Amino acid sequence: MKGWRTGLAIGLALAVWRSSPGLAEEASPSLHPATEYLSTGMKAEQADLARNRGMLWVDQGAALWRQAQGVAGKACADCHGEAEASMRGVAARYPAVDATSNRLLNLEGRINQCRTTRQQAQALAYESNELLGLTAFIAYQSRGLPVNVATGGPAQPYVEAGRKLWNERQGQLNLACAQCHEAKAGHKLRGDTISSGVGTGYPVYRLEWQGMGSLHRRLRACQLGVRAIQFDQGAPEYLALELYLASRAAGLPIETPALRR
Amino acid sequence: MRPARIVVPETAKVGEIVEIKALIQHPMVTGHTAAGANTEPRDIIHTLTVTYDGAEIFRADFMPGIAANPYVAFTTVATVTGDIVFTWTDDKSEVTTAARTLRVP
Repeated sequence: MKGWRTGLAIGLALAVWRSSPGLAEEASPSLHPATEYLSTGMKAEQADLARNRGMLWVDQGAALWRQAQGVAGKACADCHGEAEASMRGVAARYPAVDATSNRLLNLEGRINQCRTTRQQAQALAYESNELLGLTAFIAYQSRGLPVNVATGGPAQPYVEAGRKLWNERQGQLNLACAQCHEAKAGHKLRGDTISSGVGTGYPVYRLEWQGMGSLHRRLRACQLGVRAIQFDQGAPEYLALELYLASRAAGLPIETPALRR
Repeated sequence: MRPARIVVPETAKVGEIVEIKALIQHPMVTGHTAAGANTEPRDIIHTLTVTYDGAEIFRADFMPGIAANPYVAFTTVATVTGDIVFTWTDDKSEVTTAARTLRVP
C-alpha cells in the first residue's frame, strides 16, 4: 500500500517534471550526506549514542564478535583481536573485490565468507539481527572516516556495471536512480527530501521500518517505489550499485549507525 | 532478556542531578486491527521500573502508541554509591533487567 502511494507520488512528480524539459540534465550539485537533510531533532538523536537506537544492534554485534561460532569454535576476536583497532577503516574500503575468489564482496558478504570458510559456521541471513549487528558493529569502527573504495583494477568492471544500473531507466515509472538522486537531490518528494544516494550510514535505523536495515533493503524499497522488479538482497546487481554509490561518495564520512526517516 | 543499553554518569557528587538514559530492543506490537489486516496480538512492554540502591525511583506504564525500541530519559539526585537497575516487562511476561553502578564518592 505504502509502496503504491509512493509510486503514485513519484508518477505525479514525474508528470510535472516532464513538462519542464532539460531539468534532468541539470549539473549534479556536490553530494551531501543524508544527515544534512534530517530535522534538527533527528540529527541530535543520531549524534547522541545514548539515544541512537542503532547502537542496540552495534552492541549485539560486539557481543557476537567475542562469541565462538561454528565447527572451528572460533570467535571473530580470536583472529582479528579488538575490533576498535583491527576493523578501523575497514567499512570505508568496502565493497571490495576479494583477491582469492575474485568476487565483489560488501561487508555483509565478507562477514559471511569469514563465517563459512574460517569459522565453518552457517552464513547469516540478510536482515537477521545477527548480520545487521555484526555489520553495524564493524562499520561503527569507521564512523567519521572518509569513504575510500578501490575503483580501479579488478573493481573497475563492477563500478561500470553499477554506474550503468544507476543511469538506467527502470520499472513502470521508467525512472533511473540518477534522475532523482542526482538531478533532484535536495528537492522535495512529498514530505521528504531526496537524498544524494550516498548510503554512507548503513546499516541504518529507519523510522519507517521501526528497526535496523541494510542498504540492499533500502534499494529494494527504492525499486518498489518506481515499480521495478526488485533484486534479492546480496544480488550482484546491488553489489555493483553499492560499489558505485561508494565511489560517488568518496570522501564523505561513514555515519553508521545512522538514523533515517 | 532483550538487548538493552543504559547510560549513567560513572560518578557524581552528593546532591548532583544526574541524567539517566535507556534503550531496549522491542517490536512494541500494538495489536490494533485494521479492516482486512492480519495483525499479531498486542505485545508491548507495559511496565518499566527503575531502582536506585534498592529503592524505586522511576516507574512508567507504556501504551501501544509508543514506538518500537522505546527510549526513556529522566533525572535523579545522586545520594549514595549504588546500582541503578532497570526492569522492563512485556505482555508475554518476558522480563529484561539491566544495571549500571553510579559511584558517589
